Amino acid sequence: MSTPVQSSAPRPVLEVKNLRVTFASRRAASPARAVDDVNLSLGKGEIIALIGESGCGKSTLARALVGLVRPESGQVIAEGSPLRYAKAALRRHRRSVQLVLQDPAGALNPRHTVYDLVAEGPRLHGLTDNLYDRVRTALTQAGLRPPEQFLARYPHQLSGGQQQRVVIAGALALDPTVLVADEPVSSLDASARGEVLRLLLDLRDTLGLSALVVSHDLGLAWNIADRVAVMYLGRIVELGTVEEVLLRPRHPYTKALLSILPGARGTSALTLLQGETPDPTAIPPGCRFHPRCPLYAEKQEDPRASWCRERDPQVLPAQSETALAACHFVAPIRKPEDADSPHSAVAP
Amino acid sequence: MTGPAPVAGDGPAPLLEVSDLRVSYGVGDRSVKAVRGVDFVVRSGEALGVAGESGSGKSTLVMSFLRLLPPSATVTGRVRYHGEDILTMNWGRVRAVRWAGASMIFQGAMSALNPVRTIAQQIVEPIVLHEKVGARAARARAASLLNDVGLPAARLNSYPHELSGGQRQRVMIAMALACGPDLIVADEPTTALDVMVQAQILQLLKDLAASRAIGLIMISHDLSVLAEVCDRLAVMYAGSICEVGPTAEVRADPRHPYSAALLDAFPEIGDPASRRRPHGLPGDPPDATLTPRGCPFAPRCGIVMPACTVHEIELWPAGHGRLSSCLRVLPEFADEQPVVIPAAATDVVTERNPGG
Repeated sequence: MSTPVQSSAPRPVLEVKNLRVTFASRRAASPARAVDDVNLSLGKGEIIALIGESGCGKSTLARALVGLVRPESGQVIAEGSPLRYAKAALRRHRRSVQLVLQDPAGALNPRHTVYDLVAEGPRLHGLTDNLYDRVRTALTQAGLRPPEQFLARYPHQLSGGQQQRVVIAGALALDPTVLVADEPVSSLDASARGEVLRLLLDLRDTLGLSALVVSHDLGLAWNIADRVAVMYLGRIVELGTVEEVLLRPRHPYTKALLSILPGARGTSALTLLQGETPDPTAIPPGCRFHPRCPLYAEKQEDPRASWCRERDPQVLPAQSETALAACHFVAPIRKPEDADSPHSAVAP
Repeated sequence: MTGPAPVAGDGPAPLLEVSDLRVSYGVGDRSVKAVRGVDFVVRSGEALGVAGESGSGKSTLVMSFLRLLPPSATVTGRVRYHGEDILTMNWGRVRAVRWAGASMIFQGAMSALNPVRTIAQQIVEPIVLHEKVGARAARARAASLLNDVGLPAARLNSYPHELSGGQRQRVMIAMALACGPDLIVADEPTTALDVMVQAQILQLLKDLAASRAIGLIMISHDLSVLAEVCDRLAVMYAGSICEVGPTAEVRADPRHPYSAALLDAFPEIGDPASRRRPHGLPGDPPDATLTPRGCPFAPRCGIVMPACTVHEIELWPAGHGRLSSCLRVLPEFADEQPVVIPAAATDVVTERNPGG
């Protein structure tokens, strides 16, 4: 395996190296490879959007980052040191890396007041000195101002956007360094969506928070992210800055996702992939995308089409100077000393 | 100007004609006005998109068309289907219109399908109820319906849990088509679906509506989803339509600030104005138990004027084939500077239909 291309960026606050997460499957004989060799690094104050269809493993990757699932192999590295899965180490990790879930109505206990909901995390972590001030500060940071007006309310007395702000305040009450947000706005109304996204941007600007935002929504990436990682069937298939990936996509899967954005017709023809994300218990051999790939279907005559069937494209490194795409038809990742064996994952 | 024009395009006789529809729910001793006077017309082969956020009254509106609201709802106005008022029909006639004339695609196919009956049983049921056909013929129809929505006939013997989300939504569409209706109401048909599957379903709805000359009313909170399928858009806020017009024109140049806010909420990739600048809409939707004074959108509006807290106008012509209920469509207010309205607004002066 080649080493990731080094960049001059400072040490990432959170990264994963060759991470694999598998789940035993009830039906299939082989386990589901939900996350199948992923490298990703999140810099301080960076916002990465992790984009993919349901079942592609993006939520599992998010949960692995928080330490909620144990990887089968590979590492989660926080502030330079590998995450250990002992109870005390996990507790510390989960204080600094906070998970924000999709559906705020489901994440908030309907019988607790806003004060108790936000104070729950600090209480669990023994941060009970000045708890009242801590809760007030967190609510203010989450944009619920003045906080006193919200302390005694119950979730059903809040709008969807306000509920999601309470969830975020609950995370902020623990002074985290990273927010991992799994579809933070997909259950919100259009007007609240923009407000919550702006909050995530503000938190980065004011508190220096890093965030990994999991979504199926490319517009969200355009709105708030610095980099985009496109995930397909357990693997990151394209990685780069928002401008590189969304304006000049190179992987055929990213191109297909961009072509189906509703209402964005005229720029490119619609590329409708047939079927839904295939089964992670039976990942196709070769390039995992080739059975649905429009480029592969079109380039049957090209000698490289046989690579698509037989060779797994190289796993993308976490950092590089330019955008990367795990596709045999895209100019491969090439370092000066590399001769012409770019597809090193399966050597010829 | 002589008065507000009906919210209609030109063309053949209307399939569905809604006039002054009002729905309120009694909640305790209060009354919640969910729909506050809606008028529009849908013709054969036309697709109308109704956009709005939760609480805007859009679901209540379409549920009232087929008399699907609970008894606590009070419905007034007229919903004429082929000239016949659905709201005053006897129940036998309503049952005949449901499915055979007008059918509905509900959101959340998982909960709308019966989990213990096969797909075949569920599609065949309305066919057998509404038409004098034998079981075998009905089953053959079900198979061809599945084919129309892009599913193999072998799926007839499946149970809902054996299908993916997209396949279930296709079954819902096949059921809506079962008795050959000429009007289909689709309530958020793609909400719970994945992006790629959503694109497939939207394509299917578009093809079906075009090939069968079906009138389609589709609801969503996402204007770009509606734009994929619909010829005209109606934007709802606080129980009434605040803007209606041809899809392309509404999207390119919205005439109501709420439509503009909804459009901005979902960015166009590549548009520098929205890069690292998500557009939200501060504030909350109005309380439906209170009767708004002036324009219901005024408290959240970025270009509000003093007159906005006083007047609420009905839909007013705002360009070719377009209507808007923003005061700024009136020539005397078109260029007035926006102001910050003090919390305590001026005294109420009720005046309907100010016009030139």
